[in-house]
Amino acid sequence: MPKIISSKEAAALIKPHNRILFGGFLTVGCAENIIDELVKTGTKDLHLIAIASDYEHKGVGRLVVNNQIKSAQLSHLGTNKSTQAQMNSGQIEVEIVPQGTLMERIRAKGAGLGGILTPTGVGTVIEEGKEKFIVDGKVFILEKAISADFAIIKAKKADKHGNLVYSKTARNSNPIMAMSADITIVEVDEIVEIGELSPEEIITPGIFVDYIVLSGLPK
Amino acid sequence: MDKNDKDYKKILIGKRIAKELSDGDFVNLGIGLPTEVANHIPKGINVYFQSENGIMGVGPAPNSGDEDPEMINAGGGFITAISGSAFIDSAMSFAIIRGGHLDMTVLGALQVDQKGNLANWWIPGKFVPGMGGAMDLVSGAKKVVVAMEHCDKNGNSKILQECTLPLTAVGKVNLIVTDMAVMKIEKDKFRLLEIAEGYTIDDIQKATEADLIIEGEIKNFGVN
Repeated sequence: MPKIISSKEAAALIKPHNRILFGGFLTVGCAENIIDELVKTGTKDLHLIAIASDYEHKGVGRLVVNNQIKSAQLSHLGTNKSTQAQMNSGQIEVEIVPQGTLMERIRAKGAGLGGILTPTGVGTVIEEGKEKFIVDGKVFILEKAISADFAIIKAKKADKHGNLVYSKTARNSNPIMAMSADITIVEVDEIVEIGELSPEEIITPGIFVDYIVLSGLPK
Repeated sequence: MDKNDKDYKKILIGKRIAKELSDGDFVNLGIGLPTEVANHIPKGINVYFQSENGIMGVGPAPNSGDEDPEMINAGGGFITAISGSAFIDSAMSFAIIRGGHLDMTVLGALQVDQKGNLANWWIPGKFVPGMGGAMDLVSGAKKVVVAMEHCDKNGNSKILQECTLPLTAVGKVNLIVTDMAVMKIEKDKFRLLEIAEGYTIDDIQKATEADLIIEGEIKNFGVN
């Protein structure tokens, strides 16, 4: 059974040099309460793995602005000037990963795979330094699985088993990241009793969830 | 209307690309100019739009005051969902994209060349926004259409013999629609299909660095 903790307790679990998967797409489906607390802790040298580095004032972008990120794997950083500036100055080392590749590399880890073969990026700088394979006459790049210490994700509701349901376009990367870290922390708007969620509507089964944080709990 | 007017160009390009759509198509429109296509769907056909952040069946933008913070498109803009839409996670979204299930993707570009190569994600020495979903989209969609202005703001051709910027994908572009012309890739050249009203073949040749195939009937296209 996952443990229900506060966002402050969640942030305290994170240590320097941890590799963290952050769910969300341009802050939609992003665990803002946990990020609030993480900004307060000021824990540094984190490795950020996310679709985008969001905005300077919202989402994971705040961790960049607060100089807490040492390195990152992102598919888009155009919405956050601080990420760009810190990348140019050498403060942050960024690997830019095509979005579909990023998702499958994360999913691969959770699914016990060493990596994936994708046609995305063949003939571009993305293939540099990577092995290529020809399968049935088509060229693929080997993209290795991405591991992480923590996944910090957002769902709409959890039951006390950690079964999760999402809301609209706030689902995005969250169910993928839920599978793939050593420890998964989910922020939810509502925690319900076991049996209140229909097994048919559950997107992420509770086996992946270690900690549940209720949004808006006293910090 | 003035053919150099930004809004005119947007409507011209969007409307022409919309004519490429067929009933029942599943389509992904890139951020910016490509989104204009959705405003010109021919009457009598239904087209389903994907937004790669997680929805099949994007509807129009909501009325002011009706925005739902959990309903955005890949550009971060507020959207609605059509009846019969589906929410999907990011892995499913890119399985749809990479797996060859989309009928068409429409993207903007910095450069396109006559081998069907596309560059649209990085200007070395300047800003690196990242490619987001663009590399997967051009790698997987059945038809790749580029929507862009024919020349950059300094008047240099964006349609080249060979791209000089880092590529997004190799040999994937099928059709280009600009404010001056409609062209398709054929035998490592661009075949000129249509010319925008107000321009001549000579104008197109002067504004295009790539090798052109100009033969047969070449129609005009406009905003009407």
